[in-house]
Amino acid sequence: MLHILRQIARTGIRTEAAPAPADEMVLVARLQEKLLHTLGRALTIRQVDAGSCNGCELEIHALGNPYYNIEGLGIKFVASPRHADLLLVTGPVSKHMAIALQRTYDATPEPKLVVAVGECGCNGGIFGESYASLGRVANVIPVDVEVPGCPPTPVALLSGILAAVTRHAPPPAPVDD
Amino acid sequence: MNLSPLGLTAASLPSTVPARRVPVSSGQLLAACRVAWEDGGQLVALWLSDERDRNRGYCLRVVLQDHDGLTLLEHTMPDGDVHYPDLSLIFPAANRMQRAAFDLVGIPSDSDDQRPWLWLASWPIDQFPLRRDFAASPKWQPGQEEYAFVKVAGDGVHEIPVGPVHAGIIEPGHFRFQIVGEKVLRLEERLGYTHKGIEKRFEALPLTEGHRLAGRISGDSTVAYAWAYAQALEAIAEATIPTRAAWLRALALERERLANHLGDLGYLGNDGGFAFGLAQFSRLKEDVLRTNLAAFGHRLAMDLVVPGGVARDLAPEHAARINAECAALEREIRIVRDIYDEHAGLQDRFRTCGFVTPALAAKLGLTGMAGRASGQARDLRCDFPVAPYDSLAVRKAGSDIGDVAARVAVRFDEALESLRLIANIVKAIPGGEFHVPMPAIPEHRLGLGYVEGWRGPVLLALTSGPDGTIRRCHPHDPSWSNWPVLEHAVIGNIVPDFPLINKSFNLTYSGHDL
Repeated sequence: MLHILRQIARTGIRTEAAPAPADEMVLVARLQEKLLHTLGRALTIRQVDAGSCNGCELEIHALGNPYYNIEGLGIKFVASPRHADLLLVTGPVSKHMAIALQRTYDATPEPKLVVAVGECGCNGGIFGESYASLGRVANVIPVDVEVPGCPPTPVALLSGILAAVTRHAPPPAPVDD
Repeated sequence: MNLSPLGLTAASLPSTVPARRVPVSSGQLLAACRVAWEDGGQLVALWLSDERDRNRGYCLRVVLQDHDGLTLLEHTMPDGDVHYPDLSLIFPAANRMQRAAFDLVGIPSDSDDQRPWLWLASWPIDQFPLRRDFAASPKWQPGQEEYAFVKVAGDGVHEIPVGPVHAGIIEPGHFRFQIVGEKVLRLEERLGYTHKGIEKRFEALPLTEGHRLAGRISGDSTVAYAWAYAQALEAIAEATIPTRAAWLRALALERERLANHLGDLGYLGNDGGFAFGLAQFSRLKEDVLRTNLAAFGHRLAMDLVVPGGVARDLAPEHAARINAECAALEREIRIVRDIYDEHAGLQDRFRTCGFVTPALAAKLGLTGMAGRASGQARDLRCDFPVAPYDSLAVRKAGSDIGDVAARVAVRFDEALESLRLIANIVKAIPGGEFHVPMPAIPEHRLGLGYVEGWRGPVLLALTSGPDGTIRRCHPHDPSWSNWPVLEHAVIGNIVPDFPLINKSFNLTYSGHDL
């Protein structure tokens, strides 16, 4: 136990202590401020891999690390679409996943948001449309925001989630940058 | 493997590891597989190609590995109502490969198990996407399939269906548990949900661009796949890459191994109820990815490996940053490893959980990192080292215990070994070019790429077409061999230990479903 406490103390709080690259951390801090201001409450996300190469999933996982600390913002990944406000969907949507994705969307209570993630989620990417791929997420379910990148960085993902939330929220009071 | 008693003659095959190709009849195919099995050889991959346009019917290709290297058995079948012997009686892992090969090319094996594997009712069952005369129709809608799961009967037995959409941030697939109380009697996997037509897509790309698709077969192994593709293409073109390029590829591959092991070690702690581990390791992994971004221009080093070398050179300041990071990371990993090792609650979850004995691992063909944790001491970086591994003397990790704790220990050992290799690479990397232009690529040649990714050996078989086109590309992930073993590893464990056991393997769905 002593070792654990010592390591925790030694590690410190990485979310606020901004190591290099500094620019990125400033951006994260600003995004976090805006998100907190906009939400003022919890946002729950159900992630759906609709056929990705798993590259996007790696970066979505990174949102939970101490640097981005997405749970510290009150944003939580949940296990069921029935608990979710927002679907974070990676693509391309394989034909084999189309029905499961549609059902996940149907099971998410209104009002709901959808953020399509990655080049493939936005436009089908290198896989495109084929006998096995339906391409972009918007070809299967309504999409509010698309986050490009192969894969998008955690900062881009945070920006995309923020954009989806602000589009559907009353305009926030200005935040001092 | 000595094939001469079978009356077979081998031709050499362009590859960076010792490899040969052997034409076989169906009887010789079975005999050769049996000889390989008796000599301790393993099945690596099995796939079909449609060669009717060249009046060669269909070709079944089977890659075996033993201590001499790779043997590619080629069995040509005439156009018509043909089939080939069931190899799953010798190598159980062949079962799903044969079923997948049928789904895509339409030539069956003689196996009793003719259930589809990659086909999930989204195209007509009598249409085969990898046939050259296949034409997709926009009318084909996603459908639903009634899959014949094997059921366990008896008092108190019930089923838990899981997926394809899982509860976490995970790739999609279906697991069907047959349980009594908390105890798993049987697990059956149903994969194929992320099938997005990768092999067909390759055939629409030029040879010189295929590495980009290869790097997106399984994002967590992007360097391994892109390197395997580049190896195969360079073998076909008889191209020699600059020494510095080979070292930079190995640098990226070891950083990929390190990042994946760090991420998984965090989640293994988390799945054992120890969130501290996830916080620590996800922080360390992020540090590695940020250094990747600075050094390679991409957090996962995607598109870094290109045919002819690498896309960008390593700047001296980034080499220095990597070198400094290695010492700091090693210190941190050792601190957290001691904490893991001494944590009674965590060790209680890890030990005796998800056993795969060395005997079972050998029988089922468990490979890669998980194989090494079950006594299967194979690692391409040691057994068939290509530059720069031939001068780095990689230390092979391993265990004969085969439980989750053993896979955790092997991951720690391999992460630390990767750190040592990374530090040695940035210190000793030779100067010179990092890329050369590719020479003209001859048509109708087959080349192999074979790279020890973090999960295990990634094979890629590439055939060139005319005018710089890809005629056929078959990428093969070690997960093909390891997914069936996961079904055995969970037998007798309790359902809540499944996520932990699953994560200790962390197999790819996308790299398997293609």
